Amino acid sequence: MYITKFSRLGAHVIKGLTRGETPTPRVQYTQFLYSRPLQDLKHRFFSSTAAGNAQEGGDEDKEKISVTFVDKDGEEKQIKVPIGMSMLEAAHENDIELEGACEGSLACSTCHVIVMDMEYYNKLEDPADEENDMLDLAFGLTETSRLGCQVIAKPELDGLRLALPAATRNFAVDGYKPKPH
Amino acid sequence: MAISRARAKQLFSRSISSVASNPLHVCVVGSGPAGFYTAEKMLKKHQGAEVDIVDRLPTPYGLVRSGVAPDHPETKIVTNQFSRVAQNERCSFIGNVSLGSSVSLTELREMYHVVVLAYGAESDRALGIPGEDLAGIHSAREFVWWYNGHPDCRYWSPDLKSTDTAVILGQGNVALDVARILLRPAAELATTDIASHALAALEESSIRKVYLVGRRGPVQAACTAKELREVLGIKDLHINIQEADLVKTPADEEELKNNRIHRRVYELLSKAAMSGPSHCYTGQRELHFVFFRNPDRFLDSDDRSGHVAGVRFEKTILKESAGSGKQVAVGTGQFEDFESRLVLKSIGYKSVPVDGLPFDANKGIVPNIGGRVLINSSGDHSQIEGVYVCGWLKRGPTGIIATNLYCAEETIASISEDLETVLAYATSLPKPGREGLLRLLESRNVKVIPFNAWEKIDIEEKRLGSLKNKPRDKLTTWGELLKVAL
Ligand SMILES: Cc1cc2nc3c(=O)[nH]c(=O)nc-3n(C[C@H](O)[C@H](O)[C@H](O)COP(=O)(O)OP(=O)(O)OC[C@H]3O[C@@H](n4cnc5c(N)ncnc54)[C@H](O)[C@@H]3O)c2cc1C
Ligand SMILES: NC(=O)c1ccc[n+]([C@@H]2O[C@H](COP(=O)([O-])OP(=O)(O)OC[C@H]3O[C@@H](n4cnc5c(N)ncnc54)[C@H](OP(=O)(O)O)[C@@H]3O)[C@@H](O)[C@H]2O)c1
Ligand code: FES
Repeated sequence: MYITKFSRLGAHVIKGLTRGETPTPRVQYTQFLYSRPLQDLKHRFFSSTAAGNAQEGGDEDKEKISVTFVDKDGEEKQIKVPIGMSMLEAAHENDIELEGACEGSLACSTCHVIVMDMEYYNKLEDPADEENDMLDLAFGLTETSRLGCQVIAKPELDGLRLALPAATRNFAVDGYKPKPH
Repeated sequence: MAISRARAKQLFSRSISSVASNPLHVCVVGSGPAGFYTAEKMLKKHQGAEVDIVDRLPTPYGLVRSGVAPDHPETKIVTNQFSRVAQNERCSFIGNVSLGSSVSLTELREMYHVVVLAYGAESDRALGIPGEDLAGIHSAREFVWWYNGHPDCRYWSPDLKSTDTAVILGQGNVALDVARILLRPAAELATTDIASHALAALEESSIRKVYLVGRRGPVQAACTAKELREVLGIKDLHINIQEADLVKTPADEEELKNNRIHRRVYELLSKAAMSGPSHCYTGQRELHFVFFRNPDRFLDSDDRSGHVAGVRFEKTILKESAGSGKQVAVGTGQFEDFESRLVLKSIGYKSVPVDGLPFDANKGIVPNIGGRVLINSSGDHSQIEGVYVCGWLKRGPTGIIATNLYCAEETIASISEDLETVLAYATSLPKPGREGLLRLLESRNVKVIPFNAWEKIDIEEKRLGSLKNKPRDKLTTWGELLKVAL
């Protein structure tokens, strides 16, 4: 139930993005003061890109958390992610190269991210069976691997660091053999 | 009638006008995940590249359209990403062009600086046992093409009415897909993009009992947890697993310790064996997981000679194969017969060679290192200049859609390196690329299907689907597909 509801939103959001309707330049994104109470996911998403309502409040830190993505070459990019948004959506809004073949429907494993600190990993809810089923097939699986489309920003995750797996290094001609988990 | 030169030019003009004066001409053969991921990475990495993706079908996406099960719509969402690649102004999809008959590899090499072969695996591994060509024995590939509306299987059809039992050989994900399609209530499939002819046949199917037979044990089952969970969850389905088969040896324990996928599959099988009623009610559909049985021969029917009546299996035990750490099935000399008039072999796909391309018939792949095609598979590492492989043709028929993404990254890395070295001179000289190909195809009367012609098919299928409460109703004959597209 939860999954389908969420995934539909994921697909919707990304379609919107790719049609170019909701591009969010980084500068504007970080400057935007995001303050309205979060009513529903849809509102949350669209309001985060509307760049209006700036006068409504100044406590952006309560509504957004800071997340750092570390790419395949070790390069870091810090972004602000509104509470409630998935790391997949956040990555795409900020031009971070995280794949999302099934657009958040929990059917592909390409949005694989590695939580860099165990302390943060433990703050996440345990993955559901369905997420574990997809993680089984993720390349370069580690002890702290998660699917980016299933990690949702919440206040405790402020300061989260996520690595994109360096997949090519693990790629063998005979197929990838996951490490014990 | 071929589309005219002017028309072809108009269809592809967008791309022709926008590229540099001496673009890098790249041809990708096959529009499955491997082909599309290769094109995507190529376009991204080489701003001067112009990429053409040819496919023998009028429709793109390979097994995402003709393999992925109709009740897995989420898996097909990836086609959104692929269609964006096809719409890139430096990219063209050119459908209805078959490597080997419409155009040869030699010709492609003359016209393009780089050729990447990603034409998948369109044949089947064989068992090589007596009776394999009896009627009633099919490959899972044909069955899947049939229910997914591949135009090559429109007039092929399995007999689902004169028997209540089907035997599926193999326990990989394809076997599970096939079992699920046979056992799921047809009403649940009616709202998917399953081919209408297949839905009609499944609605009238008398198959009630399916045996999924593996030559090794539940610890080695080739399927993954997601697919297994799904088949175990089919409404009103009686699941049968022999508890004795679940007993683990120390070698099994060791295997499980090192393999998360197998561990989770084994857990699901054990749970399914322990739970649920031990008997089924009359008429209930049944799925039997049968382990440690290697097909030995197919049995001819007494009353209908030339038709299969059953399969003889040899019971097996597992032995560690020296050095590999893998356990293989070895025969025990004890046999058991299963009656069945419908047998589906799901033991793996196999690629087919084309003229002028080295091929390792043993492995069923093109010999390559990191995607660079080698002159032969015997230790000689000389490379065929400008020819690369990706996907199932490169690695063999395993792996999910995402595997092809990493596979494409590897092939693109090899190409990029070669462009700086061995290919540097050749790519400095102009080649005719797309224009040359279209001219050649026109002279041969080949009707090419550009991406916007495929979009007409797409729109028509969705329109037909909306009338039946399906996401799409596939056009399943070559005639219909070409008529709507052209
Ligand atoms: C039944 C089935 C179900 C699957 N389900 C899933 C799933 O749910 N999830 C998942 O992640 N993976 C799934 N897979 C695996 C996935 O489909 C493959 O990993 C992937 O499609 C392989 O990509 P490919 O591009 O190498 O080959 P293909 O997808 O087979 O693409 C090959 C393309 O080449 C074209 N072609 C063939 N011959 C020629 C020629 N001579 N000239 C021109 N073009 C040619 C074909 O028309 C085709 O379009 C499934 C596989 C099968 C068989
Ligand atoms: N939903 C999905 O993600 C999905 C769906 C469909 C397919 N796929 C992928 O597509 C790929 C292909 O799937 P597949 O099912 O065709 O292949 P597969 O996973 O390799 O399974 C092949 C099966 O055939 C058996 N087999 C092979 N040779 C045999 C022989 N000579 N005699 C008896 N049994 C034999 C194997 O047993 P042994 O193990 O003993 O060799 C195995 O059970 C897989 O990687 C699969 O995961 C994914
Ligand atoms: S985007 Fe496919 S599983 Fe997350």
